[in-house]
Amino acid sequence: MTAASHPDWLESLRRAARAKADAAGLPSRRDEAWKYTDVAGLGVASFALAEKPQGGPPEAVPLGDAIRLVLVNGSLVASPDTPLPAGVVVDRLDSGFSADLVQAHLGRTIPPDAKSLATLNSALFADGVVLRIGAGVTVARPIEVLSLGQAGEEPLAFHPRCLVVVEEGGSATLIERHQGSGTYFSNSVLEIALASGAALRHYKLQDEAAQAVHVATLGVSLAAGAHYDGVLVQTGARLARHEVHAALDGLEASFALDGAYLGAGQQHLDTTTFVTHVGPGGASRQVFKGVLDDQARGVFQGTVLVQRGAQKTDAHQLSKALLLSPQAEMDGKPELEIYADDVKCGHGCTIGDIDETALFYLRARGIDEATARHLLIEAFLAEVLERIEAEPVRQAFAAVVGERLQGAHATRRIDDHRQG
Amino acid sequence: MLEIRNLHASVDGREILKGIDLTVPAGEVHAVMGPNGSGKSTLSYVLAGRDGYQVTAGSVTYKGQDLLAMKTEERARQGVFLAFQYPVEIPGVTGVNFLKTAVNAVRRSRGESELDAMQFLKLARKKAKELGVSEEMLRRAVNTGFSGGEKKRYEALQMALLEPSFMILDETDSGLDIDALKVVAEAVDAFRNPQRAMLVITHYQRILDYIVPDKVHVLAGGRIVQTGGKDLALELERTGYAQFVGQAA
Repeated sequence: MTAASHPDWLESLRRAARAKADAAGLPSRRDEAWKYTDVAGLGVASFALAEKPQGGPPEAVPLGDAIRLVLVNGSLVASPDTPLPAGVVVDRLDSGFSADLVQAHLGRTIPPDAKSLATLNSALFADGVVLRIGAGVTVARPIEVLSLGQAGEEPLAFHPRCLVVVEEGGSATLIERHQGSGTYFSNSVLEIALASGAALRHYKLQDEAAQAVHVATLGVSLAAGAHYDGVLVQTGARLARHEVHAALDGLEASFALDGAYLGAGQQHLDTTTFVTHVGPGGASRQVFKGVLDDQARGVFQGTVLVQRGAQKTDAHQLSKALLLSPQAEMDGKPELEIYADDVKCGHGCTIGDIDETALFYLRARGIDEATARHLLIEAFLAEVLERIEAEPVRQAFAAVVGERLQGAHATRRIDDHRQG
Repeated sequence: MLEIRNLHASVDGREILKGIDLTVPAGEVHAVMGPNGSGKSTLSYVLAGRDGYQVTAGSVTYKGQDLLAMKTEERARQGVFLAFQYPVEIPGVTGVNFLKTAVNAVRRSRGESELDAMQFLKLARKKAKELGVSEEMLRRAVNTGFSGGEKKRYEALQMALLEPSFMILDETDSGLDIDALKVVAEAVDAFRNPQRAMLVITHYQRILDYIVPDKVHVLAGGRIVQTGGKDLALELERTGYAQFVGQAA
């Protein structure tokens, strides 16, 4: 730990967070926002805080021509090769160079809820990374943050922290991947501040180790005319929660976040979003599609709040889940809170099985049932994956989804064989 | 090629087919005509193996094998093809991906080598052109947003690619204008040969102008109540089905 080396302002922020987190404890199912997801019950409070890893960065192939940073157990082990494109700054949060920028933005996009895991992250994060895209700069190459969890026999906890600031009229693509091995608790916080006219495409893949617990808090603030366009794919972890706080502060900001998730075995995958329209003329869209097999459980809690001043808001939210087994479960809780009178808002929640007529049609053409199901599930998720504009990213994410589906079918074929 | 003996079938516990006997030898086309609710679609679904269509008695032998013991996909691989009355829209599955997966599944089961992407595209384009299926339709999701005529042409394209031995046409004429009917029916008729057989299920006679049947069977109340030559279809067109409705019950 390098806590002693943090500058004073950061140290005091961390100490305040620590005091709050210690007093509040972890959220439990008695807390409304956590009523479907029991993170404390998994014993993560007793996981040891990860030390700074020894040795060089692990070998891992970057996606396409991405500019890449690697975090191992929350510590920065590989910075991008220099020189970076003009107008791009990558720095540690505690570095003196970016102190003004970090002080202006850190912790500002997420509500200061003492019990939130974001508070725990503020208290305990190791290095932390800040990315700055300068005003008017368009970065062609995507920037990738790869977070690897590496745990041995002892369960570990770590708290990746990242701040992305896109200044006026800047534009970039951020890729975030989470992978690892062993039993660990990754409690990440990503804050994104978009100045007026700024645009960020954000593609996240949560493919953590099978025994991992992944909690991520994403905060996005959007000034006038800013655009956030995100795609979230979740396939990994024993329990995962992706919590989003987006504030469309400025005039005509737009926020789009689509998600695809695949759960099997005992996996528990939670998506919780809070989208607040503050400024007028904003647009938000959320489409989440889940496929749940075995005893997997999905949770979608989506709150859209349209404040009094947010006239002409256009907000849509949709959650669709396919349940492939009678033991799979989906809990959905969409909420609209509207205080403006001239808005277009809609939400929907559907839970269903694979379309039997489509399955019959495919089988009637000689396609075996497992392949037919695979095709239909891929088709169901395709709408989300197709929103990833960057070709190598889309292919890489789709490949992980494809492997998961293949794996599930392989298991089922073996089961069929045993029963047969 | 196909022998149906005393076939009884139920849907949701309600008996729809009440003892059908029908033999279609190789090289022949048989029409099954009947009023609405007589069991025509149930017969086609039972032969194709749709879940929920419970066979309670009887047998179906196809090329000497027990057809009813085969899974849906196995029947298709053995050469049984159902042209759907209502082809299913499958958003998100592209036509090329669907057709290639189906063609290769059937080829594998016949011990033939699979076609790679280029070989398949070449074949699909050639057959598509013959049937007036556009390149654009091939790229789109299966049946999604197709007109009635396009859907039936797309069924004919699947037939041309899978090269089945026994075809069941379930009301292929429904939803088609006369020009589309001509294209589809002529394509199907061109598919006739001494090794193939066909069951044309229809309410109306007009499709039989293009696909002239060797025999016509009248299905009413879940039974074959009359069998005749192609002239029987013309007679039915004049007299209607009323004479059979009372008879079957």
